[in-house]
Amino acid sequence: MILSFDQVTYHYPGSAKPALDDVSFELQEGEFCLLAGLSGHGKTTLLHAACGLVPHFHGGTFAGTVSLAGLDTREHGPAHLGGHAGVLFQDPETQLVMSSVRAELALALESRDHSAAAVARGVEEVALALGIDALLDRSTHELSGGEKQRVALGAALAGRPKVVLLDEPTSQLDPVAGDELIGLLRRLNEEWETTIVLAEHRLERCLGAADRVISLEAGRVSHDGDPKSFLKWAAQHEPSLQTPGAKLFALAGLKPAPVGVKQARATLRAHGLLGKDVDPPSVGPSASVVEEARRSGRVRGLRSVLGRKEDAPTALRMKGVWHELRDGPAILRGVELTVVPGESVALMGRNGAGKSTLLRHAAGLMEPTRGRVERAGRVALLLQNPGDYLIHERVAEEASVAALAAVGLAGMAERNPKDLSGGERQRLALAIVIGGAGEAPAVLALDEPTRGMDRGAKADLARDLRRRADEGQAVIVATHDPEFAAACARRAVLLADGRVIADGSAAELLAGGWYFATETARILGGAGGALLPEEGAELLRAPAALEVVA
Amino acid sequence: MNTRLLFYRRLASPLHATRAGVGATWALALTAAALVLYNPLSLAALALAVLGAGACAGVGRHLAGTLRTAMIVGLPIVAINVLASREGLTVFARLGDLGPFGQGNLTVEAVVYGAVIALKVTLLMLITTLASLAVDPDELLRGFRRLSFRSALTASLATRMIPVLGADARRLAEAQRTRPEDPARGVRGRVALLSAIVGGSLERAMEVAATLELRGFAVAAEGRSGARRLRLWGSRPRGPGTRLLGSRARRSRAQRSHARGSGIRVGRPWSRHDFAFTCSALAVLALALAGRLSGAASFEAYPLVKMQVGAGTFVLCAALVAAVLLPFADRRGIDQ
Repeated sequence: MILSFDQVTYHYPGSAKPALDDVSFELQEGEFCLLAGLSGHGKTTLLHAACGLVPHFHGGTFAGTVSLAGLDTREHGPAHLGGHAGVLFQDPETQLVMSSVRAELALALESRDHSAAAVARGVEEVALALGIDALLDRSTHELSGGEKQRVALGAALAGRPKVVLLDEPTSQLDPVAGDELIGLLRRLNEEWETTIVLAEHRLERCLGAADRVISLEAGRVSHDGDPKSFLKWAAQHEPSLQTPGAKLFALAGLKPAPVGVKQARATLRAHGLLGKDVDPPSVGPSASVVEEARRSGRVRGLRSVLGRKEDAPTALRMKGVWHELRDGPAILRGVELTVVPGESVALMGRNGAGKSTLLRHAAGLMEPTRGRVERAGRVALLLQNPGDYLIHERVAEEASVAALAAVGLAGMAERNPKDLSGGERQRLALAIVIGGAGEAPAVLALDEPTRGMDRGAKADLARDLRRRADEGQAVIVATHDPEFAAACARRAVLLADGRVIADGSAAELLAGGWYFATETARILGGAGGALLPEEGAELLRAPAALEVVA
Repeated sequence: MNTRLLFYRRLASPLHATRAGVGATWALALTAAALVLYNPLSLAALALAVLGAGACAGVGRHLAGTLRTAMIVGLPIVAINVLASREGLTVFARLGDLGPFGQGNLTVEAVVYGAVIALKVTLLMLITTLASLAVDPDELLRGFRRLSFRSALTASLATRMIPVLGADARRLAEAQRTRPEDPARGVRGRVALLSAIVGGSLERAMEVAATLELRGFAVAAEGRSGARRLRLWGSRPRGPGTRLLGSRARRSRAQRSHARGSGIRVGRPWSRHDFAFTCSALAVLALALAGRLSGAASFEAYPLVKMQVGAGTFVLCAALVAAVLLPFADRRGIDQ
């Protein structure tokens, strides 16, 4: 047994509600355990308790016993426990404490008095294992978000810990980097028997790699079992924790709920819903796609994509926009983008592709070094961290009554913004940038708005954005989450290396890829342009659809 | 991300390729030369050499920025010296009786001396900028960890926190720019913004502290200070408590010895650039001292300006420039 919780109850200082409530479980060496649960239900606290930050660092009231590698966390602090557990949190910026990557990787080993030779070997090995050897002499502050996360993971692994604790490590990564990270964790688990405890909202990304899922609800363990039993439990007790694949199967009346794409396709094949020789997913919008899209309400977006005219009214037009750094590369390279009122656009691409810079140009926070940006009115831009907007003590001081009402926070005017949940903070920040008085913004732009959000909060935000688009506002969302992009956007734009490399309907773009595709689309092989479980289920239920899928 | 803050970035230059200790020693030698020399010609030559070194190290643009700032700093230095100094014989303006400050006579010598001090300050700013951009602070501070692990690590952390907090402040400012109304309007708004910035910095510090805890900072500090304490106690065992501490110390030493394995020390071999910059540092120091002692770089501001300007002075200036810049001529073995 490498990690055990025995009747652990924990209250943060000054909090009457327990963050962990009578939590008990045991983890054996080499297990890959996924922590599931809605935001604020105890996943992060559980990880902090496992590595000793709770209670040593956070204080509060602690009852019960947590044992890590045989060490009681009440007697051993995080510094001692850190020798056995590597920890990786959500924000890599706060986990890099040294100026260079080499120094960062060496710190944990040097702190524990390893010899110079052991430090050099440890740094070299972990850099090679994570593929970051080319970064060793780089400064930590000039790394991209994905690179920082890998370096932080490297720093956590440098001491070859028996357990790795990870708190939403993929939330800031693009789908490619996110999948690479999960693959790496699986390799660590399989090749070196490293115990992995991973808290994650996007379960579809890592459920296939896990041996066990522990679900938390209000600080209590609500389910503890293998991924299959978890999906069964989630379908009955907490549908918002279902993966899109499981939801697709539930809606289509198929069983068992699939743990991954491979299993889902095997089940479909067994039910005769998928041909043995499936063609590669079609990329162009075929007649059936258009027909399906029309039925699912995507027709308006398709029209705007396929039938756009040059003289149509535009909310935003970027003409050959370049952003070139004085002593660095070009971040945007001749971007051409037109967004019409009522259109909702998902901006996708890898970390560093230029999505955030594009949105800053759209909002006028940056001036192009070449090219032009035309705006039909104000562009309201919501940046990545909603906390950066919140500077007052009361919600009412942050935004007007009308703006608060528009985002559904009218009843929270007297609360402190810092006491709001992640989703509520996001809505408050949205109210701030939209503003109450004066003309409504012509364009609403959001940069990675779903970081750290659970599926329910994401669904609420997607609904809100769709409503705004239906009311005639142009909406642009930069996101790494294909599921969210599919839920809120009718058009998708793919950026790479500062260029628009693909621009089409969401059904067209998010159905045919490996990485930039929803789980439903990957299960159905992109058939029918179905992106969301509801659309996929409709396709599977319709007799004519069988032809399309197979 | 672009930033105006000055911090180390590894670039492809001979100065970046040297070990941090050598780079820092070279910068110290330049600093010493700037302090020893007073002759404006030799100071100007040194300033030119430092600017050239900055250009060769790929940080010329940053040094140009520092030069602009130094000029802004230099003007008040000259003005204050002119107003405060009561030395010099060549009066160019009389301000009359200034009460407790005496006669307000402004002299040419005070202007010249003020300008020399301003030039020295400019040089020191340029050298500091160059060193902070081209000498790896982590590598440098690692050397000090043997003396005081906690202090050296804290210093490393401080150097890392500068760009992090700078980025946080920029992000916060950018978020405020996207608001339709200016939130920092009025005193209350400004106070709220300031408290958000301070609060954010504290939160950031707490998060970094948690990371440091997990990386074993406390263990390292405990281990090292504990080892020191134990050595002191171990030399004069008194009573059972002492014996316990002594036995712990022996065990700790044995463990450390075991951890170091066969005791193989992996040293970094001296590169051609390490040698070149060490020679350059020695040459700069020697030239500065020689110039001062031989009179080739002699200078007196008071009571009348006397400055040596001869062949020796020009040879010294040329030698200073060459000594500073020659190590940059060899670019073999530089990572691109």
